[in-house]
Amino acid sequence: MEICRRKGAIEISELDPFLAELLRQIPGSANPAGATTAEQRLFSPPTNGKETELCAEWKTYVEPELRRLFQTATETVATDLEQLNGNEKSFANRTLRIPAKHSDAWLSALNQARLVIVAKNNFTENELNDHFRSPIGSRRDLSLFQVNFYGFLQEFILRELED
Amino acid sequence: MAQIKEMQGLTHASNEQAGTITTAEPTIEKQTRSEEDLDLPWQIIVHNDPVNLMSYVTMVFQRVFGYPREKAERHMLEVHHNGRSILWSGMREPAELYVQQLHGYLLLATLEKMC
Repeated sequence: MEICRRKGAIEISELDPFLAELLRQIPGSANPAGATTAEQRLFSPPTNGKETELCAEWKTYVEPELRRLFQTATETVATDLEQLNGNEKSFANRTLRIPAKHSDAWLSALNQARLVIVAKNNFTENELNDHFRSPIGSRRDLSLFQVNFYGFLQEFILRELED
Repeated sequence: MAQIKEMQGLTHASNEQAGTITTAEPTIEKQTRSEEDLDLPWQIIVHNDPVNLMSYVTMVFQRVFGYPREKAERHMLEVHHNGRSILWSGMREPAELYVQQLHGYLLLATLEKMC
C-alpha cells in the first residue's frame, strides 16, 4: 500500500483486497448500535455526574446534534469508499482518492470506528500499545489490527493537514 | 442560583406619651443580584483516553481553543501523563459550547463548577 498527496487529494494506491475490505468496514464499524459501552463512549456525559439537570438537557438538545455530525462524517466516507466497489478485477489492488475537503470527515469516521471497536472488544491500554501483534490469530486480533490501521490513516491525514 | 442578600434594618419609634420606647417590626430589604454576576466560573476538563492519538488531541485543542501548538501540546501531555488537564475556565455558556465542540471531536471532556 502506498499513500501520498496528489492533486488536492490523499491517494491510497496499491491497496490489496484485505486492506480495501478493512476500509470498506469503516462506516459499519463506527456504528455503536447494540453496544452500550460504545454508545456511552461516543455520547459521554458533559459533567462528572453532579449536574443532573445539565446532563438531561444535554441528552435532549446536544446529543441529537452530535449524532447528526457523526452520521454526516460516516456518510461522506461511505460515499468516498464507493470507489472500491465493483466486481471488475475484484482481487486486484485498488486506488482510493480522498478529497482534501473530506479530511475532517475521515478523521471523525476513523475515530468513531476506533472508539467503537475498542469499546466493543474492551481492549486494554497494553493491548492497544502492542503494535506487533499478528492480525491472523483471532477475531479479536483482527479488530486490534483494524484499530491500529485506522490510527495509521489518521496519523497520515493529520500530517497532511499540518502541511 | 441567584443569591439573596438580606439586609436587616431596625426602625425605632418612640412613644413619648406613654413614656415608653417601642421597637417596630424590622424592615427586611432584599437585594437580588443577577444570576450571571454571581455564577461561579466553570472549568473544562479533558480526560485521558488511550484511543485518541496524541497528534489528534493536539490538533483539536488548537482548533477549539485557538491555542498555539506549544500550548496545545503541553495540555495534551498533561492529559496523557496526569489523566486530565484543565483547558479553560469561564462562564457556563461558552464552557458548554466548548465541551460540545470537544465531544464533536470525540474527546472525553467535562465541565465542572469551580469551588
